Amino acid sequence: MTTRHDTTAPPVKGGAAPGRPPGDAASPEEARKRARLSRRWQRDLRWSPYAFVSPFFLLFAAFGLFPLLYTGWASLHTVELTAPTDMEWVGLDNFTRIFDDEFFWNAAKNTLTIGIISTVPQLLMAMGLAHILNYKLRGSTFYRVVMLAPYATSIAAASLVFVLLFGRDYGMINWALDLIGLDKIDWQSDKWPSQIAVSSIVIWRWTGYNALIYLAAMQAIPQDLYESAALDGASRWRQFIHVTLPQLRPTILFTVVVSTIGASQLFGEPLLFDANKGASGGSQHQFQTLGLYLYEQGWINQHLGRASAIAWTMFLILIVIGIVNYVISRRLRASS
Amino acid sequence: MTTTLTKPPAEPVPEPPRRGRRRPRSARAGGQMHAGPIAYIILALFTLGSLFPLVWTAIAASRDNQRLAQTPPPFWFGGNLLDKIEIAWTDANMGEAILNTTIVAGISAVTVVFLSTIAGFAFAKLKFRGRNALMLTVVGTMMIPPQLSIIPLYMMVAELDWTDQLQAVIFPSLVSAFGVFFMRQYLLQALPDEIIEAARVDGASSWRVIWHVVFPAARPAMAVLGMLMFVQVWNDFLWPFLVLTQNGNPTVQVAVAGLGRGFTPDQALIMGGALLGTLPLLLVFAIFGKQIVGGIMQGAVKG
Repeated sequence: MTTRHDTTAPPVKGGAAPGRPPGDAASPEEARKRARLSRRWQRDLRWSPYAFVSPFFLLFAAFGLFPLLYTGWASLHTVELTAPTDMEWVGLDNFTRIFDDEFFWNAAKNTLTIGIISTVPQLLMAMGLAHILNYKLRGSTFYRVVMLAPYATSIAAASLVFVLLFGRDYGMINWALDLIGLDKIDWQSDKWPSQIAVSSIVIWRWTGYNALIYLAAMQAIPQDLYESAALDGASRWRQFIHVTLPQLRPTILFTVVVSTIGASQLFGEPLLFDANKGASGGSQHQFQTLGLYLYEQGWINQHLGRASAIAWTMFLILIVIGIVNYVISRRLRASS
Repeated sequence: MTTTLTKPPAEPVPEPPRRGRRRPRSARAGGQMHAGPIAYIILALFTLGSLFPLVWTAIAASRDNQRLAQTPPPFWFGGNLLDKIEIAWTDANMGEAILNTTIVAGISAVTVVFLSTIAGFAFAKLKFRGRNALMLTVVGTMMIPPQLSIIPLYMMVAELDWTDQLQAVIFPSLVSAFGVFFMRQYLLQALPDEIIEAARVDGASSWRVIWHVVFPAARPAMAVLGMLMFVQVWNDFLWPFLVLTQNGNPTVQVAVAGLGRGFTPDQALIMGGALLGTLPLLLVFAIFGKQIVGGIMQGAVKG
């Protein structure tokens, strides 16, 4: 994008290279010049790698590392949104408060249940789709691009459409339920229906994306593994169980970790699923996630210190999940 | 890893000469096998499921609110589509929002691609002290959830008086650990050491090597990363929602989210806004979909 040069590595003229002097140097002036160029060359070799990586690290330090540490610091203080520079040390008060807070536990539970009912079906469906797409197909590129269309749709647009589709009185889903003789469901007010509805937005947006990741991993599996399994008389189902799944294990672990992180941070979908209730996640907090609760504490109730403590608690929970994941995958590897 | 994608499927194993018995059907396994009708039915259903909410957004936007508050819900277009889009464009700030988002996503994507390419090149091909430790740091930063940073970031932005200004969204999205990782993986195998050495022998400085060797070699990956970043920044919600209000420089996501508020929201207008905010990206996907798919799949198979 930045360059129009089509040739790779055109010989660069005019520069002096070490070990390839332009001729036998005679005059002292030329020797000095060569020494200077050589010094510059050495400096270039030595320091340019740092020049190339430093912009990333400088920007990361300012917008990643510093905020990360500062959140930890702020979580030990009382800080209000109205005066973010006035900090009063309170030690671990913010954390102990959180642990006594029923809304925090409610949000934690909701995050867990919404996380499970959005991640598990999503990854299972993605696996099935990837398997189908791995066959020889007419128009396979078309399906791949179509699958990715939800990923291109923003959280805001997707959530608002699903709000309409899940509407209680005139929504299409209740209309369809009615059509096949089932009772209408109050998708916004009841606990499980609302959580299922929020999860369906997540599932819709991410299934195709995950299917592509599985598909890529499947295509990297050497074909002869299937050939030899087939010659041993393995059915296609057994090939899937005994060849595909083991080969995909690292990829599955990767998608589980990424989806878990994504689920733990769920914010836009529940926020917009009931936009008029603000950040409460429904009239009874029935689908308030930790992300929403953090926002409610920090930006609605204006307690930035408490919000920071929630952020760090979420981080610690993620680390625990990561360790559990790691242990499970090691066990699995050891047992097979 | 790219090679695994473009490589033709392995040659079928020569038929073992077994008298009287055909090779088992299941021998034509995995990617070799043609899909049956059931596979096509499932794919058709899935295509329908993927596209239906998008198409229905347009249907809802083309109707008026009274029609939307009736059963059965409308399944075909009405005549209000252009009106609603026009109202969303003018009254609901969608025009400005789309411009803002294009600026933010464009600047972020170009910067991320540039910085990721030079850093990825250094990590892939240059030797320097602390390289492995620094690369480990980059990978580690991919694990940090954004919620951890938003509070101090918000305080910084407030301190700098950047609230409601686009740079509040641009600056935190200028770097991407994923981008560095992606470019490193690509350059490791796409850029042979000999070419760099040849340029060096010809006396090229490091910047010349970047300009004349690395950029041309990395161009496909740069394009993919740029599109991925553009999509990501375009769809980012949490951070813009916090620092931009509807009244000052909203991005598309903020503007669309704002449409949903109020106690008697104009549903058809909301759908018009949502459609308008989604169309530019869908257009990008329609044109570059194949490359983006390839990019995601390429990034997925980590070496």
